[in-house]
Order: sequence, then structure tokens, then C-alpha cells
Amino acid sequence: MKINIDQVANLARLNLTEEEKKLYGEQLSNILDHAEELQKLNTDKVAPTSHAIPMKNVFREDKAIPCKNTKDIMANAPEEQDHMFKVPRIIEE
Amino acid sequence: MSKYETVIGLEIHAQLATESKMFCSCSTKFGAEPNTNVCEICTGQPGVLPKINKKAIELAIKTGLALNCKIEPMSVFARKNYFYPDLPKAYQISQYELPIITGGHLEIEIPNEGENSNSRLRKKINITRIHLEEDAGKLVHKGAERIMGSEESLVDYNRGGTPLMEIVTEPDIRSPLEAKIFMEDLAHLLQYIGVCDAKMEEGSLRCDANISIRPVGQKELGTKTELKNMNSFRFVQMGLEAEVARHTEMKASGEKIIQETRYFDTKTHDTKSMRSKEEAHDYRYFPEPDLVTIEPDHKWIEEIRATLTELPEKKRERYINEYGLPNPIAEVLIATKSISDYFEECLKIENKPKEIANWMLVNVMAYLKNKNLDIKDIVFSPRELIELIKLIEKGTISGTAAKEVLIKALETGKNIKDIVSESGATQISDEGALQQIVKEVIKNNPKQVLQFKSGKDPVIMYLVGQVMKESKGRAKPDLVQALLRKELS
Amino acid sequence: MNKKPAHELLSLLKNKKVSAVEIVKSTYEQIEKHEKEISAYVTLTKELALKQAKAVDEGKRSGPLAGIPIAVKDNMCTKGILTTCSSKILHNYLPPYNATIVEKLEAAGAITIGKTNLDEFAMGSSTENSAIKTTKNPWNLNCVPGGSSGGSAAAVAADETVLALGSDTGGSIRQPASFCGIVGMKPTYGRVSRYGLVAFASSLDQIGPMTKDVRDCAILLNVLSGYDEKDSTSAKLEAPDYTKALIDDVKNLTVGIIDELMGEGVEGSTKEAIEKAVKLLESKGAKVKKVSLPHLKYSVATYYLIAPAEASSNLGRYDGVKYGLRSKEAKDLITMYKNTRAEGFGPEVKRRILLGTYALSAGYYDAYYLKALKVRTLIKEDFEKAFKDCDVLISPTSPIPAFKIGEKANDPLSMYLSDIATIPVNLAGLPAISIPCGFANGLPIGLQIIGKAFDEETILKAAYTYEQNTNWHKEKAEIR
Repeated sequence: MKINIDQVANLARLNLTEEEKKLYGEQLSNILDHAEELQKLNTDKVAPTSHAIPMKNVFREDKAIPCKNTKDIMANAPEEQDHMFKVPRIIEE
Repeated sequence: MSKYETVIGLEIHAQLATESKMFCSCSTKFGAEPNTNVCEICTGQPGVLPKINKKAIELAIKTGLALNCKIEPMSVFARKNYFYPDLPKAYQISQYELPIITGGHLEIEIPNEGENSNSRLRKKINITRIHLEEDAGKLVHKGAERIMGSEESLVDYNRGGTPLMEIVTEPDIRSPLEAKIFMEDLAHLLQYIGVCDAKMEEGSLRCDANISIRPVGQKELGTKTELKNMNSFRFVQMGLEAEVARHTEMKASGEKIIQETRYFDTKTHDTKSMRSKEEAHDYRYFPEPDLVTIEPDHKWIEEIRATLTELPEKKRERYINEYGLPNPIAEVLIATKSISDYFEECLKIENKPKEIANWMLVNVMAYLKNKNLDIKDIVFSPRELIELIKLIEKGTISGTAAKEVLIKALETGKNIKDIVSESGATQISDEGALQQIVKEVIKNNPKQVLQFKSGKDPVIMYLVGQVMKESKGRAKPDLVQALLRKELS
Repeated sequence: MNKKPAHELLSLLKNKKVSAVEIVKSTYEQIEKHEKEISAYVTLTKELALKQAKAVDEGKRSGPLAGIPIAVKDNMCTKGILTTCSSKILHNYLPPYNATIVEKLEAAGAITIGKTNLDEFAMGSSTENSAIKTTKNPWNLNCVPGGSSGGSAAAVAADETVLALGSDTGGSIRQPASFCGIVGMKPTYGRVSRYGLVAFASSLDQIGPMTKDVRDCAILLNVLSGYDEKDSTSAKLEAPDYTKALIDDVKNLTVGIIDELMGEGVEGSTKEAIEKAVKLLESKGAKVKKVSLPHLKYSVATYYLIAPAEASSNLGRYDGVKYGLRSKEAKDLITMYKNTRAEGFGPEVKRRILLGTYALSAGYYDAYYLKALKVRTLIKEDFEKAFKDCDVLISPTSPIPAFKIGEKANDPLSMYLSDIATIPVNLAGLPAISIPCGFANGLPIGLQIIGKAFDEETILKAAYTYEQNTNWHKEKAEIR
């Protein structure tokens, strides 16, 4: 299994060194080769399980409750200005 | 005759009229200080879990019912993964494979092309699907109006997590005007059923369009572009017109249309490329494991159906047929839900549709428009308006005086009765008191008196007017006229 | 004092034979004595703990766990107390809120000793993937304590706490419990609220007790269990009093031995210990039968597609914008993202993010992620079939006892494959316990007992019966 590691790393927003690319590329290939064994199973008529314990219709009532933790939330900001989270220049890819 | 046909499909985002956000209990109120309507959930703190707002589901189902759609027996939320600072979890919770609503349509009225008459055609625009999702936060770009050229940006998560409903139409729309009419009618409907306040200028209703052109008669679609940033009904039409023109020119000059996302520049009135690589997006959708399926049962759907108010189209017909109102008046009344609600409240007290409609349109709504107010903002109740109409009918006050009384009531919030008695605006029906004014007027207008006497009968109305003026509108016009004629004979 | 299980301390406290302050002090004495070698904790909260203990002694703090020391795995949010997930990316993160289970511990009067070490974001089976420190196995300091709840397991085994909380996504409570010779339970998915547990794989994660014996496990489970309106996947069921299930009796109980987990790859003394355990239960009146779960062999492959896929999404939020690390190399947004995540995440986390991103990406979703969800159905159905005529299923918790530090660090696949006995239980959402059942070369062996969904009681009953008739749980590690 050959993986386009550059593309995957870009999607995951991870900077990888050349060494890491080589290492993870190989390790991922091994793991995916192992996963190939699943293809042996015929699952055409099998429904996927996203939740092991099936549940439905869990809702909350529409009621606004002010949060008391906003100060603590802002306190974690790596960079803050005017009570907002500051981020560096955005350049579209 | 143009040899190309325009094909448009719309993707509409409507902010749902809920009190709290889609997956947490933060307020959805607009205009708060940055990052004050936020909590650990809508800022994506580690370990938090979303929980679905029941009202948002109900509003989506309500919309589905109003648009003749299918309410899906099972729908699921999915994660749409991408990185952007306004998306605190790096995924948006949305619906993908299994939306809550599918199918349906909205019927609109479009001008009948090629005819001079005012006749209109009815046309069905099909709805593909409606799904629910959460809104993103807002970015403030420092030192520039758009992202480009800005050195840094600031993130405010107040809007993040606001419930959004995305309505996707089939490519059934054939002109920018049709698109505008569809948006107006849809906005109207959403307001009506109380699902969304549908103000494009404020962003509570947003519209993206997929647009292409093809030679008339051709079946397959041309290359489409996606157009964004049309933040008013007028701009929907203008933006699409600009994009149609661009497509047509390109076709004429043999240029190839590139599939891309563009935005409408509201200053230059043309469209510009967003320059983003569409193929770079790979959202890696998968079912949201933190939420469970939505499976509305028949009982719940019927309960929601019962809350569905009469739709505008039905109401308009009823106003014309039952109340005998002319179409233009019916249209003005139904255009805003709060106005038609007010109108119907009045009717419950006194069944005088024409008089009520007349007073509402000519006076109340003119006042509201002038002051930029909603009818919900004023204390003047339907009961008061009926009181006013009754006083005129009884002859207690004149129509002219009534207008002044009404303005005073609208401005001060005082009772009609109190205003009338305080100002002494009741009509003078005592002949003796009027006699004096009549004599004065005859004395002061010799020219007109001469004209009347020489046979120009209509001049009497001028004299009546003078008496009315002198009496500050409190005289009864027919009595004044009788007195004048008697005096001049 | 700190060496006794909670139920003994509770009765001593009740009879005023000991004070909460004494218990807490002796716990910290033990920590001072051994923490340098064990490295179980990321953060200690001594000041707070002593304050809480004083409040208990003054009668101002009460509840079913009043005065009992507990260690909390460092992937559970504690308001205002550092919560790192043993990751550089959250090295300075002070949660603005408490996890539901932390609120529950508070209401129960428990005393938080500190936050324990784990494999970064709970990804691993050895606690070697912590970016902060490597925790040692109290039974042999050259060995790993297991993982990812290695800090909690080692802290309990070294008597550096009385109780501990772990989280279990593919065995992260049971395997370290097994490696450290303590009791660890993963409850049914939905039994304990996940609100405030930093997500690894949301559809598999579950918090559970790590204790010195089965009775403590039941007592702690009583506090943790129950519906939480903040967690949509939390079960709306009345949580029973689990201590009522502690009966020394397995008559009329059918115990199934999972054939696939007793064969190749299971270390000799481990296999023997499990067989002996089964014999003991049989001698106490249990019916024993072999069961086969034919799709079990696919569970590691299934798990290592589903869990990384969910993780790749769950870990997107660590982007340097709102909290935690932000790279200094951040001339523009995308560079900031990529460098922050490159500097902040360790190799195992990166590996799983890449794997999960790949499994979900366009063109591969159906072949990997969707396929894995379908095989998950088959595995779940295997269990359902087995439970038609069994009350509990039995296997070793791990095919091997604790391994040497560094031994498997360079071979992720072989590390993954050793999770074969615990992973299927998470895929099926079932409850399971690991209890001590012997030793191999001085290292503890764990017996896994798996139950039906929401039937923790039968598991506890079987585990209690076994424990009452053995002494493994009383063995203490000599820390050298």
C-alpha cells in the first residue's frame, strides 16, 4: 500500500520532516496492509455500526443560559486582543 | 431572443429563530460584545460534547412541512472536517448523507414574459434537501476589509454554533429575476412560520448560487460557477445578472468557463474569483459519534404541523375572497406577519375589514415606516384602532381630527378616548357656535362669496374648508355647508 | 493507611479510628517515598487535598467517598487544575470547567490527590508515549505499567493513591490494571458520562474505576455511573447499587471461555493462570463452556481504522488558536497550524492522526472506514450470539504480562496486536473487568471477565467470587 504522505500530512495540518515522512509512510503502509485482511470479509449485506449501543432522539430544550466561564476560556488564549483570539495572517492556499 | 438559457440552483442558509445555540445553551442574540455569548462547548474546549437543540429540529420540520417536503424517518449529524480559525473544533457538525428533510417545492409567481399585461405565471421551484448545521464564528481582519492584505485576524465565537438550516434547490431557476423572487418568497414564508427572521442584510438569511448557461434546447448543463456574497435581495438579482453576462460574453468570445467560486463585488457590481482551489478540499465527512440519530415519529410531526400558521398564499386568497379586499391591499397586509396578525386582531373585535385595512395602510403603516418601527414596537392596540373607527362613525370626531388623534396616540401611547376628551376634538354640532364662524368666513372672503353667488356652486367647498380650518376640524362638514347655503341664499 | 482499600478506610473513618487528614498525609508520604521511581503523576494537588481532608474531618465535606484519596487520569478536565493529556500541545491548559465525573467525585466527598500520567491523548499501551514522563511498573521498574492509564494503575499498585480513574478506548483501563496487578473496569458504553473526558475515539471511550479490589470497584462505580444530560450518548438508565452484586456465588452462572483468545500468542503462564481461574469458578458451581467468536481476529484491524479516524477529527482542535501550545514559527495561519501540531504532538499521536485522516479521505472512506464499521457489526453480533447461552465471557486481559520499557517502542503494529483481547469489547460497547489472577516471573497476570451490555452486576459477582477464593489481590509490589 503506497500512501501519498504529503497530501495526508497537509490535510492533517502536520509539518513532517523528510525522515518522518519516510518513517510514517512505511509504518502506515504496514498497518494498512494488515487492514487489508478486512477486505476478505463479504460485508455487502452488513449495516455499519457507528454506535455500539443504539440510541435516538436525545435533545435539550431551547433555553439560553449564560456561561460563567468565559473569563477562564479567554485566559487560555495564546494571543488575545480586544477580547478576541488573535491569529496570524491568513493566506489562502 | 437570447440563444442561451440560464440555469440557476440556490443554496440558502437560514439562521433559525431559536433562543439558544444548536449544540449548547449560549444565547443566539445578535450584537453582543465579542466572545461573551460563548461557553466551553462552542469554543471547542477539550472534552466537551454537543447536545441537539430540540427547537432547531422542530423548526426544520416545520419548514419541511411548509415546503411540502418529506420528513425523513431517520437522519444523522456528520462531521465536516477542515481547519479555519472561525471553526473552533476544526470540524463543523452538519448533515451529509442523511439530511432531516428531502424533496418538496415552493411555488412562485413570475412575470409572464412577452406579454405587456400584468399577467403572471406560477412556477414550481423544487427543493432538493434541507439540512441542519452550526454556524461558524466571525473573523475581524485587521488593517484591511478582506482577508487579503490583512496582517492578522481576530476571532469572535459569538456566532459560532448558531443553528443554521441549509435549503438546497434543484437547478430549476431560469433567470436572475426568478432567483430574486424565489428568495423574497422564501424569506417571506420563513418569517411567516416563525422559523427565521430572514433579513439578508443582517446575514440571518444568506444565499449562494450555482449558475451556468446552455444553448436553448440543450439538455446537459454548462460549466457552473458558484456565486457568493449576495447579501440583499437586490444583490441576488444584480450579482446573477453580472455572472450571466460574464458567462454569455465568454461563450461569445469562445473562452472556456472555469468551474470556480466567485463573489459579487457590491461596489463595482461585477463578480470576482475567490481564487481558492476547490479540489484541495477533502472534508472527510463521517457520522458524528457524539450525537445519536434523529427519528421523529408521526405524533411529533403532527404536533409540529398543528403549530404551522396559515401560509401567506392562502391568507392572501382569503383576504380577497372573504373580506373583499383588493389584491394590492391584501398583498401589503400579508407581506409582514406582524401586520396581518394586527389586522386579524382588529377583525376579531369589529368585523370591518375595509375600514380597518384603510386606516392601517394609510395611517398606521405610514407612521411606522416614517419612524422605522415594527408594529410590535408600539403600544397602540387593535382595540384602540377600533375605538377610533367607531368615534368617526358615530360622528363624535371628524376624519381630519381622527388623523391627528391617531398620530398622538401612536406617539404617546395614550388612550384614544383620553386624547379626544383632553383636546376637545369632539365635533361642534351646536348651530349657534358655528353660526359665528360662518359669518366671519363670509365676511373675510368677499371674492369667493361673489363667485358663488354668480353661479359657481363648487366654490362652496372652499368656504366649507375655511370654516373647518377656523374650527380646528371640529365642525361637522355637512352642517357647515347647510349653514353656509342658508346664509348666502 | 494508604495501603488499605477504600471500603476498609471508610469504616475506619466512620468509627473515628482514623482521620481523613491522616489518610491523605500517609498517601503523600508514600508518594514522596516512591514517586521518583514510579513517575505516576503529572500534577499533584496536595494543598487542595489537605484542605478537602480537613473539611471531611470537620464534617463539612461528606458523601459515599468522603475522605478517600483518588487519582484522576490527566485526560479528564479539572477546572483550574492543569490538564495536559501528557501532551506538549496542552502543556499549559487550565480547563474552564469540570468533567461530569469530577463533579461527581466532588459531590461524593472524594479527595483528589493529583492527575496521573498517560500515553499522550490515551494513545498507547505502555505510557511510554507520554510527552512528560515514563511511568514505571511498581512490580518491576524496568517494565512498563501498561497503558494508556499507566499512571493511574501504577499509583494504585504503589499505594500512591487508594482509588484511581482511568479511561478505556481499546483496553486502556484493563491492560494496565492487568500489568500492575490491580482491578480495573471498563463499564458499558454510556454507563459513565464522557463529558469532560478529552476525546480520543468518541464511540469507544469510557471512564472507569481502577482499584485495589472488587468491592472498591463497585463502590467507585456507584459514584461514577448514571445518566448525564450533557452527554447525548449517556444511557438513560437507573444505575443500580453495585455493592449488592458482591455475592460469593457463581452457581447457575454460565461462563464462556473465548477460544480465539486462548490459543497462539498467549504466553504460557498467562494461559495457565486463566485455565486455573476457570477451574476455580467451575468448582464454585459455574457452568463452563468454550465459545468461538469467529470475527475476533479482525478486531485489531477494525479498531485501528475506527479509532484513529475519530481521533484525527477529535484532535483537530489543537491548532494553536484557542489554548495550549502555539508555535513561534507562525508567519501565517497555515504555517502556524502545521508547526504548532508538529511541535505539539508526539510520534504515536502523529501516526494515528495520519492514519485516521487517510482512512477518512476521499476515495478511501468506503474501503477503510466504512468497511471497518461493517466489520464492527459482525464482531458485535459474535458477542450477541455468545451471550445467548453465556452470562459472562472469560479471557486473559493481555496475552502477555508487562514488557520491558523500550521493547516495543519501534514496532507499532506488534504493540497494536497485543490489544487483541481488550479491543473487541470496546467495539461492541460491552462492560469488562480485569482482576489479578497470578504471576509470570514476578509480573501480574490479569483475568478479563466480559459481560452483557449494562450488566456490570454479573461481572462484579463473578469477579467477587473469584477474589473471595484467592489472595492475588492482596499481594503488594515491593518497589525496587
